[in-house]
Amino acid sequence: MQLTETSAVDLVEGLQAGRWTAVEVARSFLERISGKDPEIGAFLQVHADAALEQAERIDARRATGKSVGKLAGLPLSLKDVLCTRSQPTTCGSRMLENFQPPFDATSVAKLRDADAVFLGKVNMDEFAMGSSCENSAFQATRNPWNLECIPGGSSGGSAACVAAGMAPISIGSDTGGSVRQPAALCGVTGLKPTYGRISRYGLVAFASSLDQIGPVGTSVRDVALLLEVLAGHDPLDSTSIDAPVPPYSQTVEQPLKNLTLGIAKEHFESGLDGDVESAVREALRVYESLGATIKEVSLPHAPHAVGTYYIIACCECSSNLARYDGVHYGHRTDVSQMLAEGGNSNDDLTPLERMYCRSRAEGFGPEVKRRIMLGTYALSAGYYDAYYLQALKVRRLIRQDFDKAFEEVDLLVGPVMPTAAYKLGEKVEDPLSMYLSDLFTVSANLTGQPAISVPCGFTSGGLPIGLHLQAPPMEEERLLRGAWMFQNATDWHQRRPQ
Amino acid sequence: MNATQSATAHDVVIGLEVHVQLATQSKLFCSCATRFGAPPNTLTCPLCIGMPGTLPVMNRHAFELALQTAVSLDCQIAPFTKWDRKNYYYPDLPKGYQISQYDLPFSHDGHLDTYDPKGNLPVRRVGIIRVHLEEDAGKSMHDEAAGKSDSLIDLNRTGTPLLEIVTEPDMRSPAEAKAFLTELKLLLTYLGVSDCNMQEGSLRVDANINLHVPRNGETIATPIVEVKNMNSFRAVERALEYEAGRQWEEWQATGQKMGDVPKQTRGWDDAANLTRPQRHKEESSDYRYFPDPDLVPVVVSPEEIEVITKSLGELPAALRSRLESEYGLSAYDSDVLVNQGRSLASYFVQVAEACGNGKLASNWIQQDILRLLKERQETIDDFPVSAAALADLLRKVDQGELDTSKGRDVLGGMIDSGQPAEDVMLELGIAAVDESELTALCEQLLVENERIVADVQAGKVQAIGALIGQAKKRNPNVNPGRVREICLQLISKRA
Amino acid sequence: MSLSREAVTKVALLARLELTPEELDSITSQLGQIVDYVQQLSSVDTEGVEPMAHAMEQHNVFRADEVRPSLPREEALANAPRHNDEYYRVPAVLGD
Repeated sequence: MQLTETSAVDLVEGLQAGRWTAVEVARSFLERISGKDPEIGAFLQVHADAALEQAERIDARRATGKSVGKLAGLPLSLKDVLCTRSQPTTCGSRMLENFQPPFDATSVAKLRDADAVFLGKVNMDEFAMGSSCENSAFQATRNPWNLECIPGGSSGGSAACVAAGMAPISIGSDTGGSVRQPAALCGVTGLKPTYGRISRYGLVAFASSLDQIGPVGTSVRDVALLLEVLAGHDPLDSTSIDAPVPPYSQTVEQPLKNLTLGIAKEHFESGLDGDVESAVREALRVYESLGATIKEVSLPHAPHAVGTYYIIACCECSSNLARYDGVHYGHRTDVSQMLAEGGNSNDDLTPLERMYCRSRAEGFGPEVKRRIMLGTYALSAGYYDAYYLQALKVRRLIRQDFDKAFEEVDLLVGPVMPTAAYKLGEKVEDPLSMYLSDLFTVSANLTGQPAISVPCGFTSGGLPIGLHLQAPPMEEERLLRGAWMFQNATDWHQRRPQ
Repeated sequence: MNATQSATAHDVVIGLEVHVQLATQSKLFCSCATRFGAPPNTLTCPLCIGMPGTLPVMNRHAFELALQTAVSLDCQIAPFTKWDRKNYYYPDLPKGYQISQYDLPFSHDGHLDTYDPKGNLPVRRVGIIRVHLEEDAGKSMHDEAAGKSDSLIDLNRTGTPLLEIVTEPDMRSPAEAKAFLTELKLLLTYLGVSDCNMQEGSLRVDANINLHVPRNGETIATPIVEVKNMNSFRAVERALEYEAGRQWEEWQATGQKMGDVPKQTRGWDDAANLTRPQRHKEESSDYRYFPDPDLVPVVVSPEEIEVITKSLGELPAALRSRLESEYGLSAYDSDVLVNQGRSLASYFVQVAEACGNGKLASNWIQQDILRLLKERQETIDDFPVSAAALADLLRKVDQGELDTSKGRDVLGGMIDSGQPAEDVMLELGIAAVDESELTALCEQLLVENERIVADVQAGKVQAIGALIGQAKKRNPNVNPGRVREICLQLISKRA
Repeated sequence: MSLSREAVTKVALLARLELTPEELDSITSQLGQIVDYVQQLSSVDTEGVEPMAHAMEQHNVFRADEVRPSLPREEALANAPRHNDEYYRVPAVLGD
């Protein structure tokens, strides 16, 4: 068996058992990256030397009987939205092309402490805004199942690099489906934990009340192991949850008894691709064969989830991204050239104000600008109540829908995306239709509940389809066990492209 | 300030917006120090710089100090409060928003009474609309080297906890505004929530001022002007005096009423003694406030408010009236003592209690102790004579064992030696004169000076001075005041 | 209710984004479509519903008032587009 096709859990076990060394593992993945990434374009930076040095140190420690971390020698990649000390952290944006934070994100620090090996940083939609990875300022990432297709987004680099065997694990972030959707489109497993489960400290914010870090891997067991390492209270994040972290990796392979699964009738009503629908229905039959009961529930406010989500996300992002003004870090326009050009349409602006406007215009791409504009508009005088405040109220109604549903069922199950991956460039000019494709994933971010995407089949065109499972807040253990039951009975997650 | 103003009846209406830096060790949302005067950009961290990925965590002590202040201003404490972002661009605001409080401040609807010990100003109850907690911004200054074409940004101050105290427009003169600020500063100093140093910017004041002019049975309000850039309480008073005069002239010239023109901001130029219009930031009012998703709300229980209330100790207004009622001090004297701060006031109370004469204790503390503290450049906490030791000395003065001048000598000895009054007196050879001994001496003097006795009996009371002089010659330790009293008593018995 | 070019220009200034005329055109039409879509929220009856600003509703999270070392100035200024080793430098802030 090739190391690059081995699951994270098995890699860690093999390292512990001495079947292979951290250097061997790191080298295999680095070789795979050199061979494969030129056509995929998942990595923004590959830290080959640093990874091998790290692996050598871990092997040496293990060889001399010194203690090593829980993930010792496990290579992984990081979405370039996570701050890494003294390394570029670009968020896929020109704005931060040269930015090197003087600190590590808490999640990165935890992975470092666990002796994970960092292979590099992977591509994403700029500032995590997008569902296709096409909004990266640096490169497009391609779907390993079909190079003409998008890998999904915004954690497209994470899903693509795992699907292509270039990393066993990647850490992404999910604000409206950004881990689960690319996982579904690339045929891998992606988890969005409960909001606050994993510290957001050092995660560059898109929408603070929705952002959550999540692992992408080839199996539920793998993401369970990573969640166990990443989860936990962080005094540096006021919204991080102060609750014990269950030993997910030890319980994940325990099937749930008397499992009741809910399907929301609203999720099957319109616009669902035929292949996707039949794959999901087939998955329900698998669960029934495992003894689960399927029950229909209603989420009456589901049709408003996308609108609610985009208002809240854009309002928060318009404020979160105000800090990129070219003063303290990040891109600043060439001021002397700007002044030499003389007047512009905004003659009443001071040079400083013009510097702001121009630096931001040059540093941000079109999707980021659109969302900043929408959020600025929705928060501005006269519109706040109608948009932002109304969205916060509908958000509570959506949460109440789910609370009610979870009184009747253990998990909700449905499609991750209404369709499989589409062609690069297909929706670039139609932002609204791209937003609308997030209809199944955004609710979990609005309500805070954990959700996971697992592979459940392929379209007739050979593109992966994802099954979406959601649990009540804090119930990751239930979610992971329920998802593992499916993977244990199917082999969709073991399929590899080509 | 000018003839027209005083000649015509109209009200000057003033409201204040006070910003106070709280005396915490660390900043409001991170662990950087709040020290003043450090080299530029040496007290910052990724959060202060507004770097992406950083998150704020609220300083508990800052919230406690804020609560103490609000409770002592008799504010209502909100059971639920949250933190909002105020969005605007300025280079000393690295995040592009200030974390502040908008629609649910942690406290509202309090008041503070002004106080004028001389009684020239009426006691004015100034309403407090709200007190809220927010973060301070950094500082920007012109780069003189670059010919002012550049500005330089120092983020040391960024994130310092700041209380914003907004009053109702209840003050009716610049002097009242100054009196309010003086009383507020005294209160904050008593609470120890801020050092209130205006030079270092830990207390900053903006004022809103306009006129209410009676006309045809109605009151017409003139446009409100916000006055900024006042660097002392005296400057506040002068700026508002200037502005009241200027507005009156403008009213007479233009007749503009509130709402006719947009609210104006003017800056006080202390050297030129005038206010100047400040540039309007366009669209400045659209701050797009919304709840900060990075911070969670705070819930305050009635029990917590109770604990805070109990921890406050006696506040200046209550202390002043207690000094007057319990120790018979004048308004002026109690004000002087209370203004010296909590430690000195409590020193006074201990001395007055122990010696039994509040007035005497007040006189000695004001005339001698305050002078000595100034000379010695120390606070009452370091003063070598304890309240009990001073009370001991004052009891002797009160009972006539010592006159004021000898008492001062003894106090000097007590400071130098650290010994009690008794021992110092022995050392200085000042023996207390026994009362019966003193009476005998006085009787002797009366017998020897019949002429003086006759003069006194005839109404020339000042003639008694000669007897006092003789008494002092015979026994240098006698208390002249006591000699005078005894002699007069004896003479009146004779008559 | 679609957006006017003027309204979008105002929003762009608030957001400190310089837009080319072409960008202004495309953003005006795209934003208009999105705003028309999110308009549907107004049809939801939210009478008496408390706004929900946080995904998980917690309260009273504090830290102790303790000082920790700040960044060395060199590190603090390292990412600044312009500085003079002591301060960040920007085009003049207009006179106070």
